[in-house]
Amino acid sequence: MYDKKIIIPILAVIVVVLTYPIWSLFGKGAAAPELDLNTPEIQALAEKECIEDTEFMRSNHMELLNEWRIKSVREGTNVYVASDGQEYEMSLQNTCLSCHSNKENFCDSCHSYAEVNPDCWDCHVGGEL
Amino acid sequence: MKMDRRNFIRMCGLGLLGLGATKADKIFADVTKSKYLRTASLQGKRWAMVIDSRKCNDCDDCVAACHKVHNVPDINKKEQEVKWIWKEGFHGTFPDLGHQYMTEKLEKRLFPILCNHCDNPACVRVCPTKATFKREDGVIMMDYHRCIGCRYCMAGCPYGARSFNFQDPRPYIKNMNNEYPTRTKGVVEKCNFCAELLVKGELPLCVQACKKGAITFGDLNDPASPVRKILENEATIQRKPSLGTYPSVYYIV
Ligand code: HEC
Ligand code: HEC
Ligand code: HEC
Repeated sequence: MYDKKIIIPILAVIVVVLTYPIWSLFGKGAAAPELDLNTPEIQALAEKECIEDTEFMRSNHMELLNEWRIKSVREGTNVYVASDGQEYEMSLQNTCLSCHSNKENFCDSCHSYAEVNPDCWDCHVGGEL
Repeated sequence: MKMDRRNFIRMCGLGLLGLGATKADKIFADVTKSKYLRTASLQGKRWAMVIDSRKCNDCDDCVAACHKVHNVPDINKKEQEVKWIWKEGFHGTFPDLGHQYMTEKLEKRLFPILCNHCDNPACVRVCPTKATFKREDGVIMMDYHRCIGCRYCMAGCPYGARSFNFQDPRPYIKNMNNEYPTRTKGVVEKCNFCAELLVKGELPLCVQACKKGAITFGDLNDPASPVRKILENEATIQRKPSLGTYPSVYYIV
């Protein structure tokens, strides 16, 4: 190969530059968010449980909220019967945020860690105002 | 097995179709296996309202009660104002009915106006996203989550019952009600017949707020309901009936 001495270093530099975004992340894992469950409503609960079990809520709360929104606004129901038989009013601000009234240290801290920006709070009144 | 190229492609297509079917099935399934209930049954209902304008005088109680609870912003610029229920003179309310020699009392009277929750709503027909739709019980609902702010519904509504949010409404809400959402810049809004109260078996706020009892609410499908009783015994009119929208709000003049 002609000009080996020039081409190989240049190729190496190009590879480094192109992959910079990937390897620059090594060792920088952001600390998992601290979820604060210390609100008056949750303190008052006999069993510290969410509407459904924690595993389900962690992975499905957005789908649950979407379902609530359809059932409530479009289908005209207002009560959700959880799998343990407990009944909840279907409301983002009056149900979720009555227990999780520390929205900044609960919903928001996890969402900013996961880089999700729900637009719900443009309209729904969020947490302590 | 022998398979020519054509058959192979056909089989591929069929296979893809099957794949799509399982996916679609998952899309339409609910995440939960739980039940959804209503506190009050809406089965077979058809909500309507009769406003006795003879009993209505200068107060603004109905407007205040509605706008306060629903976080309706108070914007002074006429062309940008947002309203769910408001008051208008005879000629504004019934533009095709007035004449030159009406009594002075009628000329001066103000009529509460709100979304008519029409049986044949123009707004629902023109909405491209189904953000506004008619429920089984006759309530014309807005699903703000779907509204893209195109304002076709505002052009379609012959009663001016819809308002557009030209700006973020929150700075214009004096006392925020934390139990009800606001709207945001770029969506259309209107009266919801207090759907959030109907489902609990309660009356709309304007009906509750009127000290004179000028507003009656009930089920049009039930011959014994208070609205049907009034409609049977009094002369009642609707706004712009010739348009064929069949409003659910009736007036006694
Ligand atoms: C454009 C404003 C707006 C946005 C953005 C919005 N909502 Fe809503 N939402 C409303 C309004 C207004 C209602 C009440 C409708 C009614 O009762 O007439 C509502 C009702 C609901 C309800 C049912 C009743 C209640 O009070 O909670 C749920 C659940 C809901 N929204 C979830 C969400 C979620 C989740 C998001 C974010 C992904 C969201 N909404 C974003 C305006 C909005
Ligand atoms: C009755 C009070 C209550 C209500 C109402 C409630 N939560 Fe919870 N939630 C809790 C408690 C307590 C936990 C912690 C459970 C645990 O640690 O096992 C929790 C946990 C969660 C988690 C999991 C956090 C984690 O550890 O990963 C999510 C997500 C969540 N809630 C979202 C919601 C949403 C969304 C709503 C409304 C649909 C809601 N919650 C309504 C009490 C409540
Ligand atoms: C354990 C971390 C965690 C907690 C706590 C949490 N969320 Fe989430 N949330 C997520 C993740 C991750 C997503 C994105 C999921 C996806 O994109 O598939 C999400 C998505 C959402 C969405 C859908 C956003 C969109 O744009 O579609 C809504 C709405 C939502 N969360 C509401 C809440 C509310 C309300 C709370 C507090 C009561 C809450 N979440 C608490 C992790 C969390």
